[in-house]
Amino acid sequence: MADAIKGWDRNQIAERAALELRDGTYVNLGIGIPTLVSNYIPKGVNVTLQSENGMLGMGPFPFEGDEDPDLINAGKQTITELPQTAYFDSAQSFAMIRGGKIAMAILGAMEVSEAGDLANWMIPGKLVKGMGGAMDLVAGVGRVVVVMDHTSKHGESKVLRECSLPLTGKAVVNRIITNLGVLDVVAGGLKIVELAEGVSEADLRAATEARIVG
Amino acid sequence: MKKEFASASAALEGLLFDGMTIASGGFGLCGIPELLIEAIKNAGTKNLTIASNNAGVDGFGLGVLLATRQVKKMISSYVGENAEFMRQYLSGELELEFTPQGTLAERLRAGGAGIPGFYTKTGVGTVIAEGKEHKDFNGQTYILERGIVADLSIVKAWKADPSGNLVFRKTARNFNPPAATAGKICVAEVEEIVPLGSLDPDTIHLPGIYVHRLIKGPHEKRIENRTTRKKETL
Repeated sequence: MADAIKGWDRNQIAERAALELRDGTYVNLGIGIPTLVSNYIPKGVNVTLQSENGMLGMGPFPFEGDEDPDLINAGKQTITELPQTAYFDSAQSFAMIRGGKIAMAILGAMEVSEAGDLANWMIPGKLVKGMGGAMDLVAGVGRVVVVMDHTSKHGESKVLRECSLPLTGKAVVNRIITNLGVLDVVAGGLKIVELAEGVSEADLRAATEARIVG
Repeated sequence: MKKEFASASAALEGLLFDGMTIASGGFGLCGIPELLIEAIKNAGTKNLTIASNNAGVDGFGLGVLLATRQVKKMISSYVGENAEFMRQYLSGELELEFTPQGTLAERLRAGGAGIPGFYTKTGVGTVIAEGKEHKDFNGQTYILERGIVADLSIVKAWKADPSGNLVFRKTARNFNPPAATAGKICVAEVEEIVPLGSLDPDTIHLPGIYVHRLIKGPHEKRIENRTTRKKETL
């Protein structure tokens, strides 16, 4: 893998994922690359970010000295509130997630399958951290967009026929955005929607174990 | 009966026993009952089952009860910030019932609301669903999850009045209200106890019926992950 195709970097993946946001919707962003999406919300698109620890209307990081230990996001980072912010308890938070009130979640992934199965919470025998709210999110929100690297450090595809890791949810992913491009989960496999800059269709196909259709 | 107690140890007097189940509020280190946790450590109560979203960090929050080996089992959704937890779990000394975050919140809420079980889509098709009853409603598959009723709830709020009415602050509310309701007895620690009548009844987050004993801070309120941005220079 000396000449690995790079495509988009983390910020470019986040910037592309931000184009998925629809004006006037409520959205939950996961930890990692998904958090970066909030830096690229397109002009004229007004979204309200939900933080599953009990907040709608998540604002940016505080200025130095303004950190409040009572005001954090799901990644336990200090944040700020906005004029439209509302706070609530965890049961209420997941009622709105499970109840389908959140239009979209953008989440990270360790593996994703052609059937839309998602694995992002556990590597057996290695560090076991827990699923947090990810299983509730994929089960409840309207649309699940996954952002991830297309291959592992060793060059193995993470876009698979079937996930090898314990699942977060079965048939829950709608769209996959990787460093190589954008794929949709459709009947029978994945459909190429877009290629990252400098990436050919052949590159994308070669890096993908899942079946590509259409 | 007076709900105010002079200290965390005094408020826990007669409530602790080995093998008990405790529901604790908090998310990460935000809104955790840090004084009551410390008092449980000092009481030395053993073989605890603790329902809490997280397990604290090494040396703070529930991490202190892990360090003293007082915990037999955790019911949690995310335990990633605690090296001692990982060590005890991987060596088989500590039991762990992984519960998705929303399912944990609802299990506590349901337990406190007299609902022994409920069906949810969360976890269907994953290891979480193994051994649980599956049932279809309107063409969708759900699994049965059980409500949690704890022997004791420990929670942290911002303000209380002497009748136990609680007001929380910002995201420090999190699991505290559902955890409070899940306990047969609930002890709350707060930053301030204000005179009766000074809280607007319309703004009370948790009515005093759920809160049996009260203590007042001071709290350390440690920040787990301090993130800031630079002031833009014009």
